[in-house]
Amino acid sequence: MTATLGATPTIVLVGHGMVGQRFLEALAERGMTATHRVVVLCEEPRPAYDRVALTSYFSGKTPEDLSMTDMAFIEEHGIELYVGDPAETVDREAKRVTARSGQVFEYDTLVLATGSYPFVPPVPNKDAEGCFVYRTIEDLLAIEEYAKTRTTGAVVGGGLLGLEAAGALKGLGLTSHIVEFAPRLMPVQVDEGGGAALLRTIEEMGLSVHTGVGTQEIVVDSEGAVTGMKLSDGSELATDLVVFSAGVRPRDQLARDCGLTVGERGGITVDDQCRTVADPHVFAIGECALASDGRVYGLVAPGYEQAETAAATIAADETEQLSFTGADLSTKLKLLGVDVASFGDAHGTAEDCLDVVYSDSRSGLYKKLVIGRDGTLLGGILVGDAEAYGTLKAFTGSVPPVSPESLVLPAGAGESVQLGPTALPDDAIICSCNNVRKGTIRGAVTEHNCTTVPEVKKCTKAGTTCGSCVKVLGQLVTAELEASGVEVDKGLCGCFSQTREELYEIVLALRINTYQDLLDRYGRDGARGGDGCEICKPAVGSIIASLAPTIGADGYVLDGEQATLQDTNDHFLANLQKNGSYSVVPRIPGGEITPEGLIVIGEIARDFGLYTKITGGQRIDMFGARVEQLPLIWTRLVDAGFESGHAYGKSLRTVKSCVGQTWCRYGVQDSVRMAIDLELRYRGLRSPHKLKSAVSGCARECAEAQSKDFGIIATAAGWNLYVGGNGGATPRHADLLAQDLTDTELIKLIDRFLMFYIRTADRLERTSTWLERIPGGLDHVRDVVVEDSLGICEELESLMTDHVAHYADEWATTINDPEKLARFVSFVNAPDTPDPVVGFVPERDQIKPDLPLLSIGMRPAEDVLEGSAQR
Amino acid sequence: MTLAPETTDLKVQLQLADGWFTVCDLSRLLPGRGVAALLPDGSQVALFRDRAGKLYAVDNRDPFGGAAVLSRGLIGSQQGRPFVASPLLKQRFDLESGQCLDDETVSIATYEVRAS
Ligand code: SRM
Ligand SMILES: Cc1cc2nc3c(=O)[nH]c(=O)nc-3n(C[C@H](O)[C@H](O)[C@H](O)COP(=O)(O)OP(=O)(O)OC[C@H]3O[C@@H](n4cnc5c(N)ncnc54)[C@H](O)[C@@H]3O)c2cc1C
Ligand code: SF4
Ligand code: FES
Repeated sequence: MTATLGATPTIVLVGHGMVGQRFLEALAERGMTATHRVVVLCEEPRPAYDRVALTSYFSGKTPEDLSMTDMAFIEEHGIELYVGDPAETVDREAKRVTARSGQVFEYDTLVLATGSYPFVPPVPNKDAEGCFVYRTIEDLLAIEEYAKTRTTGAVVGGGLLGLEAAGALKGLGLTSHIVEFAPRLMPVQVDEGGGAALLRTIEEMGLSVHTGVGTQEIVVDSEGAVTGMKLSDGSELATDLVVFSAGVRPRDQLARDCGLTVGERGGITVDDQCRTVADPHVFAIGECALASDGRVYGLVAPGYEQAETAAATIAADETEQLSFTGADLSTKLKLLGVDVASFGDAHGTAEDCLDVVYSDSRSGLYKKLVIGRDGTLLGGILVGDAEAYGTLKAFTGSVPPVSPESLVLPAGAGESVQLGPTALPDDAIICSCNNVRKGTIRGAVTEHNCTTVPEVKKCTKAGTTCGSCVKVLGQLVTAELEASGVEVDKGLCGCFSQTREELYEIVLALRINTYQDLLDRYGRDGARGGDGCEICKPAVGSIIASLAPTIGADGYVLDGEQATLQDTNDHFLANLQKNGSYSVVPRIPGGEITPEGLIVIGEIARDFGLYTKITGGQRIDMFGARVEQLPLIWTRLVDAGFESGHAYGKSLRTVKSCVGQTWCRYGVQDSVRMAIDLELRYRGLRSPHKLKSAVSGCARECAEAQSKDFGIIATAAGWNLYVGGNGGATPRHADLLAQDLTDTELIKLIDRFLMFYIRTADRLERTSTWLERIPGGLDHVRDVVVEDSLGICEELESLMTDHVAHYADEWATTINDPEKLARFVSFVNAPDTPDPVVGFVPERDQIKPDLPLLSIGMRPAEDVLEGSAQR
Repeated sequence: MTLAPETTDLKVQLQLADGWFTVCDLSRLLPGRGVAALLPDGSQVALFRDRAGKLYAVDNRDPFGGAAVLSRGLIGSQQGRPFVASPLLKQRFDLESGQCLDDETVSIATYEVRAS
């Protein structure tokens, strides 16, 4: 079939990657899709997706989440998109492209956006089973599948992508190696000092790094599958899987075949308008293009600029003349929990420039700024703490308003200043991926009435690609809102204009011990004397509970007014399930339990017909208890020596442990004993959000302490304390707070840390988000709890001592109090009748909720259980 | 909890089709919390008492999740209007009208209630 040249001129785009898609958007914005036929040949089995965020597939993003192609856009603009049909030949004479399917398209303008392919060094057996590259969603699917039955992986190449790939392999549960030919990791972005700091951090994360060695041969077994690799230093590395990440090369074969000019080292040669030098009807953009400055850009931001340039040129709009003559190579590593960033002239190649360096190799910190003779910030490298990346990058090319030293020194080291993004000029580029300037972001707030970061993202496209600018974006939006007089109400809820932290201070200072008193004296005008709301009641209930002994309140959460403040779970001391039944979780400190304990739990579960499951927190959950059964179940548990596990409370959940020194051949401290001690010390402590902890017996970290609010890892000399870790929805690796602590030092520091968190955090703010939010971050917290910079450590410790001294098991108290027990009924007027909606059906030899029972007379089931469990 | 003497003899009553139905002693209702009651026809009602002593009664079923748990939610007031927040997914319901405050297409039944 031949599509004949009709009246409408045709643009054919070859390659539907990130840059190709941006080109289509740029055409549409200029009205070109209305006047032109636009044909897109897409080689991959799916339309354009976010390759930059590729690795996030391993952290739960689906291929659909990564898609950048809105089918409605394609349809609306009448774009003909042929998925899975690559261009095979171009006949420039006849201006004709033939696709693999045999379809032929005649063009007036041809745009090549074919991207790159991963370079695989020509080593023997490079194509063996178990060898992969890291470029497409299909590559990732294949790696994931292969890794399922394997234990070790190696990445060839220690650059930006290699590190991302190695982190992903580790995430897949493989022991991971990185082999880098250069003497340091990320040789293009960081210098020697940065490389050393980076190496330390990467190794601490459990990845093995081999620098200064090349890969000579892939070793295979008799079936042809990878078993290892031979390195240039004569050693051999055993591995089941190899990922090549040794750089990319422009995909210029199609261009070569049709006689277009390509560079010596590849790349289709184009001029300032992205037009090929050999043919005015052909353009090349993105990673396949060799720009007029003699470079091939391997980043998405320059590609986007080229897409805009080409679209503007093709549209031949007199008023808009864009050109692409070069771009910035700033980058930030997105994965691995390592902060590495480089921007501008990172290696100091300009004449007469000087370096300002701050380095602390013990904590893996390295920061370098390159400053020109006149004080202009030219570029820099940040390793270990890239907090300032967004701001510094935006200042590149100008003289920052404060001294350069103060920008790299850590907070607390005297000079440091926090240079806010508000100090930036309007033309500073905030989002380099999408070329969005500060002025545009301000305009989104002032002119387009955006009031939230998601709105601004949608309006300006800023922050929608690599995400490294989102933090600065948020600060700018808040600043702009405040400046334009929009009051950013920081109050806890409609009843209180104070933050949680302010309410805590009021309660503590004035010894206020009832919610009503607090509401009537400090509530907003309309709220005083009222009933409060579901947000402030539990929040204030939690403050009163954590300070109970100190402010003279009863520490028992079901006492008096406190009973009316608790969320439903705390009110029944159990977790509500979807059908109105409850779960029961006894405390099993450190995850250690005797055979007798297991038998008791087993017997109780059997006698009450409960569903049992081992939880992710190293204990046992029993589900399906009716409200009236809770006291009976707990009477038996308490008799057998168990106590509440507070699975329902915003309070300490579990302190997980590994088996540690006692049994494990690697263990260097008794991690189980420490976990039990900590769990017993902090049990029942009410806090802004739940608290989790873990203790590992050595650096192998089997207890996953670095994903906890406070995590402890044994060292030969004592304990390392990590804080601010989080699993859950937004995982965060914990930060090292202090090293080699004795038992006493450790406990003292945790006491202070927890009480400082409880005092200053917002409602439902985990330690991870708290640490990210509070001014000064980790350094500030360290100053306060280690150096006692605020002089409050003694108070923090004494508050904790009060808590520990007054702890009592809530369930033991409850089963001995007939008035409280009377609340545990389904019906006040029929205490012996169970709720008929709570029913169960069998599944895998246990029970599960009978859901049809819930939907009798209800709305269709798919409407049910949507929305957020939290407000 | 100590009971205020003047309330001990009062009963909570619901208006049903065939007259006032006595549920329990008023003292069983903790101001700020709810209880559930079973009606003769097998349906369930959530009863609440606010800080000022006012009583409210609504259907106990959460229309979003289906479980009979509204009596276990927290109550509050918004611009003077009393509401209960479902303990399941936190949608709020006006205690006087039964209207869901987070989804205007949903509302629940309310009952006339008194202490006598
Ligand atoms: C039972 C359990 C799942 C299991 O079968 O293993 C579980 C079950 C629930 N989790 Fe979880 N989580 C359980 C371990 C975890 C873990 C793993 C861990 O602790 O090591 C995590 C990730 C670690 C972390 O918290 O950082 C986890 C992250 C969450 C989150 C997300 C928190 C976050 O910061 O993003 C929520 C939602 C929340 O709290 O806002 C949540 C909330 C819940 C709730 C309370 C949801 C709810 O409101 O109904 C579930 C109620 C359990 C119940 O009814 O008893 N659960 N949950 C685990 C109980 C552990 C225990 O013994 O106490
Ligand atoms: C894991 C990973 C992480 C990255 N992280 C970053 C980052 O943090 N920051 C950053 O700036 N950049 C990053 N990059 C680089 C970035 O993804 C690229 O710069 C960008 O995708 C280039 O876009 P492109 O459209 O030129 O090429 P591509 O996105 O590769 O698209 C080219 C498309 O053309 C198709 N094609 C090739 N030949 C033909 C043909 N003959 N016919 C039809 N179709 C064809 C290809 O199949 C491909 O789909 C990363 C890349 C990877 C792989
Ligand atoms: S963390 Fe170390 S001590 Fe603990 S079980 Fe693992 S290897 Fe053994
Ligand atoms: S800098 Fe990459 S999304 Fe903004």
